[in-house]
Amino acid sequence: MSEQQLVAILPHILLSALILIQMMVIAFARNLMTTVVISVIALILTGLAFMPAHSLIPIAVTPLIVLDGYAIFYSGLILMSATAVTLMAYDYFKDRGERQDEFFMLLLLATLGALILVCSSHFASLILGLELLGVSLYTMISYPQKGLLTLEAALKYLILSGVSSTFILFGTALIYAISGSLGFAELATIGSAENGTSELFLAAGSALIFGGIMFKLSLAPFHMWTPDVYEGAPAPVTAFVATVSKGAIFAITLRLFTSSGLIETSSILTGLSIVAILSMLAGNLLALRQDNVKRILAYSSIAHLGYLMVAFITAGMIGGKALAVESSSYFLFAYFITTLGAFGVVTIVSLRDHEKDAGDISYYEGLFWHRPLLAMMFTLTLLSLAGIPLTVGFIGKFYIFTAGVTTTLWLLLLAVIAGSGIGLFYYLRIIFAMTKRTDAGASEIEIPLAGGWAVAAISAAMLLFGIYPAPIINLINNLVSSIA
Amino acid sequence: MQLVALISVLFVGGLVAWLAEGSNRDWPKWISLITILLSAVLMIPLFSLEPTSVPLGAATSQWLLVYEVPWIPRFGISFLLGLDGLTLLMVALTLFLGLVALASSWNEIDHQPGFFQFNLMWTLAGVTGVFVALDLFLFFFFWEVMLIPMYFLIAIWGHENKAYASMKFFLFTQISGLFMLLSILVLVFVAADLTGNFTFNYFDLVGLNLDPDIAWWLMLGFFVAFVVKLPGFPFHTWLPDAHTQAPTAASVLLAGILLKTGAYGLIRFTVPLFPEAAMEIAHVAMLLGAIGVVYGAVLAFAQDDFKRLVAYSSVSHMGFVLIGIFAWRELTLQGSVMQMVAHGLSTAALFMIAGALQHRLHTRDVSKMGGLWKDMPRMGAIAMFFIVASLGMPGLGNFVGEFLILMGTFQVDVPITVFASLGLIVAAVYSLVAMQRVFQGAPTADRNLQDFDSREVATMVLMMLGLVYLGVHPQPVFDMVEPTLTSLYQLTGPVHEWVGAAR
Repeated sequence: MSEQQLVAILPHILLSALILIQMMVIAFARNLMTTVVISVIALILTGLAFMPAHSLIPIAVTPLIVLDGYAIFYSGLILMSATAVTLMAYDYFKDRGERQDEFFMLLLLATLGALILVCSSHFASLILGLELLGVSLYTMISYPQKGLLTLEAALKYLILSGVSSTFILFGTALIYAISGSLGFAELATIGSAENGTSELFLAAGSALIFGGIMFKLSLAPFHMWTPDVYEGAPAPVTAFVATVSKGAIFAITLRLFTSSGLIETSSILTGLSIVAILSMLAGNLLALRQDNVKRILAYSSIAHLGYLMVAFITAGMIGGKALAVESSSYFLFAYFITTLGAFGVVTIVSLRDHEKDAGDISYYEGLFWHRPLLAMMFTLTLLSLAGIPLTVGFIGKFYIFTAGVTTTLWLLLLAVIAGSGIGLFYYLRIIFAMTKRTDAGASEIEIPLAGGWAVAAISAAMLLFGIYPAPIINLINNLVSSIA
Repeated sequence: MQLVALISVLFVGGLVAWLAEGSNRDWPKWISLITILLSAVLMIPLFSLEPTSVPLGAATSQWLLVYEVPWIPRFGISFLLGLDGLTLLMVALTLFLGLVALASSWNEIDHQPGFFQFNLMWTLAGVTGVFVALDLFLFFFFWEVMLIPMYFLIAIWGHENKAYASMKFFLFTQISGLFMLLSILVLVFVAADLTGNFTFNYFDLVGLNLDPDIAWWLMLGFFVAFVVKLPGFPFHTWLPDAHTQAPTAASVLLAGILLKTGAYGLIRFTVPLFPEAAMEIAHVAMLLGAIGVVYGAVLAFAQDDFKRLVAYSSVSHMGFVLIGIFAWRELTLQGSVMQMVAHGLSTAALFMIAGALQHRLHTRDVSKMGGLWKDMPRMGAIAMFFIVASLGMPGLGNFVGEFLILMGTFQVDVPITVFASLGLIVAAVYSLVAMQRVFQGAPTADRNLQDFDSREVATMVLMMLGLVYLGVHPQPVFDMVEPTLTSLYQLTGPVHEWVGAAR
């Protein structure tokens, strides 16, 4: 391994080392504050460690890992979200008894898994990253050990995630059987071979892989676990599942399917379109009858992944690849900060009740009059989820429209419009609840320091990049275009 | 730059008003007053600007001001604002009715006055933005921005059924807006194919040689969004609910200026961008307008709720505007603009009266009123004035608008003109019956009601003067919008062939 390659994976090495150090510190001097500070420092240092690698990209490190602009962009998103989740989790766990330190170590491990995932170029590293992320998450979801809901969530996630991993493994095996290779790039060469058997194996393999990924991305019809896990998991962990886990898996899926050319099979595109439409409609329609904010956000994330699939499908159309990568990256950026903002507010509202999280919509009644700033931030995130201008979510949805229009996916765009229209209803319901004139409900909420600042920063970013998106667009165009 | 300042003043004023609530609950409304007056002062120099010519498709258009800075270069989106006679008139109406809305809510809002004023100012800013934006992306941006504060005004300070009404209002306008967004994007991509330039700039998108089939669908996207807002039959159902449940100030803004953004959009975007396609739908649009005129009037007659009555009369009056725009004659367009301004004034006043009645009687039910003239002679006389204005009494602005529309449409389509004229008769019936039921007859109860105070009378007198002025001397308004309309005729070809060819 050359020196340059070592520099390229410096962030991963550094993060692994810091996780070990954190483990030692927890073992010998258990203190929540120290653990969290180490976590934050580790995340920041890892981010900085990408700097020296920046001049080397794109660079392959062993057949397993490739570090390119795409990987750096998504690593940045993951590290940002992990930092925000760490701050929220500190507020969430600090008053809930002792022995909360290990949670933050698990969080770093999951982050490491996500980082490996986004820069893998080989099925082996893909599975490695996926499992590192998944196994840490099972524990994180059940970490508070309180209540049946949490256990139910963890168990559901464990079983379904395990099953979906086996799908992915089996699909990989089928593809390996026909191609004799596990690297993404090598697949592209056999994809074009004119051979009935190999085509069948490839189609079956990629369908199985995508089936597994649909579980992890909570796309319909494999979305059943989402509302239960979202509701049962502690709010910061939900934020992590919704952003880092889904985002990293989407990023690697896009890389896998574009760089191997698997996406250009038309049979897959038809299937994907059905999945996208189902997700948009199911997510939005099922959210209508919910009274639990966490469940509403769960269904809304199903719908959002459906919107994202429009950009994904664009990648399979002629001349759509570059725009697909660009639009899904911006959409994910918007989705990341919006979701973090939403769960940040849910975390803050959940602080006063240690038994269960602030799921029910009644927790938010009158929030506008008791905590106007917090309510305003929540309004902003909900409007961003609904894709209303002034917020970053609008630019994200604009990108989805752009991608769909360029490749003339009219049916999908109609589904996006229908979905957005239905979606407004339940977002407005939450906003309306917040404007109720009531003395009960939101009156006793204390805004914590760390989480408060995190949510404030996220809201500011949401507004800033909603009004002036040019910097992010430039960043994406400079970095992400590398895989298109 | 003046336009940026104008909009920013309103945005910032709203924020300051909200923040000021912490110090003193009376400050927000004063800050709003100062904000509106300040932007009015900023507007004064705009009236004396000399127009410059800018090519617009095959025509030349006259603009008083054009301001452009790049915004999102990746998509050729710029922050492009423009001011011409039509815009200036609409912005002036916006600010004036903003003042009226503020006056009508002066003592009415006890709950969260700061946030109320914030929403009021942001609605005005959004509407002003809609009128001056000439980049289609920016236009859509403001189009949505004006919705949110209006939603809050209805959802928070509305009456008993506010949740339903505010939700309906938002869903109707938002979903139709998404169709417009889709149209905008497709238009931009088709234009990029034709010219090789990626741009949302209005000047670059007008006068393109579009494929007729595509143009028809694109036109439909714009048409639906604007007709929902107008509101035209059969997309009007959000309006009676929203108006009835909204607080007085929001009703004034909704009826006075938000509806006008729909008519403005039709004149500014739908027809110039897709002249041939708009011509194909012209007859359907005129028919929808005529149905709206009669249907709105008949429904208004059947209402017991005073605000609902005024709301349905709005549907009726805006139907005339729709006919006037799609008849596309010099007379009818002038008439439509006049009708927009006059309807803005008269309906705003009627909503203010409705709000004042509700404030005093705690009901909007007309059957529980009666004989109010005895208790409140000033309010009665003023209401009489606006009722006859609204039914189209010669000498007042509304008459000029409706008369011009009908006269111009007569040359285009006689049956539609005849049918729409029926609306005038029904309008006289429902207006006068309402007047009778509310203010005349024997008092139904012994009430001790407070008449209009000097603040309310002053606001009303201003609007009365406006209507009289428009009615007896409408020429300045015509002169103001004439250059805009002339450039549009040039775009759409000879006026007389336009609708005639469609038949």
